[in-house]
Amino acid sequence: MNGKDIPMAMLEIEKLHVSVEGKPIIRGLDLSVDAGEVHAIMGPNGSGKSTLAYVLAGREGYEVTAGTIRFLGQDLLAMEPEERVAAGLFLAMQYPVEIPGVSNMYFLRQAVNAVRKARGEPEIKPGEFMKKLREAAKLVGIPEELLRRDLNTGFSGGEKKRNEILQMAMLEPKLAILDETDSGLDIDALRMVAEAVNRMRSPERAFLVITHYARLLNFLVPDRVHVMIAGRIVKSGGRELADELEAHGYEPFTAEAA
Amino acid sequence: MAASTDILREITEREYRWGFVTPVEEELVPPGLNEDIIRLISQKKGEPEWLTEWRLQAYRRWRTMEEPRWAKVHYPPIDYQAISYFAAPKQKERPKSLDEIDPEIRRTYEKLGIPIREQEILAGVAVDYVFDSVSVATTFRKKLEDLGIIFCSISEAVRDHPELVRRYLGSVVPPGDNYFAALNSAVFSDGSFVYVPKGVRCPMELSTYFRINAAGTGQFERTLIVADEGSYVSYLEGCTAPMRDENQLHAAVVELIALDEAEIKYSTVQNWYPGDKEGRGGIYNFVTKRGLCKGRRSKISWTQVETGSAITWKYPSCILQGDESVGEFYSVALTNNYQQADTGTKMIHIGRRTRSRIISKGIAAGRSQNTYRGLVRVLRGAEGARNYTQCDSMLIGDKCGAHTVPYIEVKNPTARVEHEATTSRISEDQLFYCRARGLSMEDAVALVVNGFCREVMDELPMEFAVEARKLLGISLEGSVG
Ligand SMILES: Nc1ncnc2c1ncn2[C@@H]1O[C@H](COP(=O)(O)OP(=O)(O)OP(=O)(O)O)[C@@H](O)[C@H]1O
Ligand SMILES: [Mg+2]
Repeated sequence: MNGKDIPMAMLEIEKLHVSVEGKPIIRGLDLSVDAGEVHAIMGPNGSGKSTLAYVLAGREGYEVTAGTIRFLGQDLLAMEPEERVAAGLFLAMQYPVEIPGVSNMYFLRQAVNAVRKARGEPEIKPGEFMKKLREAAKLVGIPEELLRRDLNTGFSGGEKKRNEILQMAMLEPKLAILDETDSGLDIDALRMVAEAVNRMRSPERAFLVITHYARLLNFLVPDRVHVMIAGRIVKSGGRELADELEAHGYEPFTAEAA
Repeated sequence: MAASTDILREITEREYRWGFVTPVEEELVPPGLNEDIIRLISQKKGEPEWLTEWRLQAYRRWRTMEEPRWAKVHYPPIDYQAISYFAAPKQKERPKSLDEIDPEIRRTYEKLGIPIREQEILAGVAVDYVFDSVSVATTFRKKLEDLGIIFCSISEAVRDHPELVRRYLGSVVPPGDNYFAALNSAVFSDGSFVYVPKGVRCPMELSTYFRINAAGTGQFERTLIVADEGSYVSYLEGCTAPMRDENQLHAAVVELIALDEAEIKYSTVQNWYPGDKEGRGGIYNFVTKRGLCKGRRSKISWTQVETGSAITWKYPSCILQGDESVGEFYSVALTNNYQQADTGTKMIHIGRRTRSRIISKGIAAGRSQNTYRGLVRVLRGAEGARNYTQCDSMLIGDKCGAHTVPYIEVKNPTARVEHEATTSRISEDQLFYCRARGLSMEDAVALVVNGFCREVMDELPMEFAVEARKLLGISLEGSVG
């Protein structure tokens, strides 16, 4: 609450400008997401969607040249990536990274405990962790064998994406950003992932879903859909906007953006 | 990022955690090296005539030799006359039971996390505690004796099992083998002795923990392990030293002998004081380790995790004499700040169908230099010998160096020798991915490095794997900024 009894937005992005290697990619982006909401961002390849996701997660090499981002009232840009995670931000990446020699399960436990430690909580008990992990793995259709394998190493594209959702389920973020988690998933996997997200929906949690396909949004049913073109949000609307895009493409908006 | 640099600075300035000094009264022989000093050491230890003579011959040999300079390490000349070659905590005689040990020494090992007790964390491990030049305690002796296994300090072995010591001492690393081995043979003070009788499988890990405490000294321990026919033993050594501005010399010799169908697994977690972040102080770790697979189908496996020392110069080797014998070398060498490591192995194939496997992981951070140097030699008679070598290096930052120097000499046309090598920089993508899952930068680096070393870490006895994993993380603190 901001004192005027108006709920403060969970995520508030204002006039954001971001350059990568000196090249402006995000050029004046505004976005506000409230707790309990699901927002979708759609936009052509190269429009800056993943760039936005990385900036939110705090990746190096993305220079914020102007603008502000507030997350749960804090200045997000002043925080280290791991502090953002501890504060409740999670990014399911478009291209999950392989880490050879580190088992998926071990990694998950390190992650869960790192976040707990940052929040001043004790480490999770091994039994409790396993129980939670098994439940979450079942929900997203990850077999036990994949939990023992090295993190993302040799995983199929779809397995990697599902594994991101598994991590999300284990870390229980307040704001989850899903960057094209649906790309590369078969129909059943898509349903499972959508189901996992839907189960996690709650009045305290928000989702920012980046996707190219209206299909995911049929399962997820977003509160808002934004069209991002050339580093800006050029149009926002309800879920029907996704179907409109599916029917007519981005062309009508590209003209507007120019 | 400004914030992360501050955190990193704070962490880099954190001190070596094992760097304290124990306030115990020690007896030191005066610095310097000559025949009288050697006679004095030998006399203090109550040694038989043959051993005094053996030392003196090694000393005479050493005087004719020159310090090797071929390794890719740099250090100012060592003044061998400035070192005291014997330091021992003052006590009338070696305590008869574990309860009689000096409380200060007891506290030292508690602080190091390896309490002198036959219980709790080390319940499955028998430990020989070497404090400066002498062994101060050995646990689980009785239990091992019941199986006929001898595990004691080498001084006791000289007294109680002279025939075994005399037969094998210097049989794998002769006193004149190299400069540091000759020095060690002349002045070695203590170390461990293991004998496993025929057909006995040693039921617990045997371990020696070396601690340098006194200033102005060196440590010159000698380890001798003999595995008789069909026996098995797994042995581990660990070590630490106080933080000092001076460089202290550690010149050990380790000899392993495996008879027919015997197997020795030798693991090292080397954590000597590495010097400060400007490169001042630290241990010079110049060690000769060699195993002889004397019997057919015998096996010797070296696993080392090297994180400490200002300079490491060591090549644990296997002489594969018995037909179908097997030699293995698994190594993690991690250097940070101004540390230098030149380490690797030698696999000498003599017997038929002998096999060797070398897995080396070098990690260089800070301004350190990390060299893998390895020799695979297949002699004429080694029909059907096989070797597989894999050397991977990881660089953290851009001021360090990693080098791979493989020597291969094959005299038998039926031999198969394979060598693979990679060098890569620690992946920013991997570090970011870890941080995006809540891990701190330090934990991310430790995790990625541990993953990189996994094959080697998996070879460590379980009791030590967890500690070794933590140690890699601690040794890398402040390496990424
Ligand atoms: N490291 C980089 N160096 C140079 N250009 C970059 C870099 N990273 C991103 N870009 C450029 O920034 C633009 C936006 O990329 P981004 O990945 O954010 O697009 P996107 O909207 O996620 O596209 P897609 O739908 O294909 O995933 C692209 O033109 C891309 O080439
Ligand atoms: Mg993208």
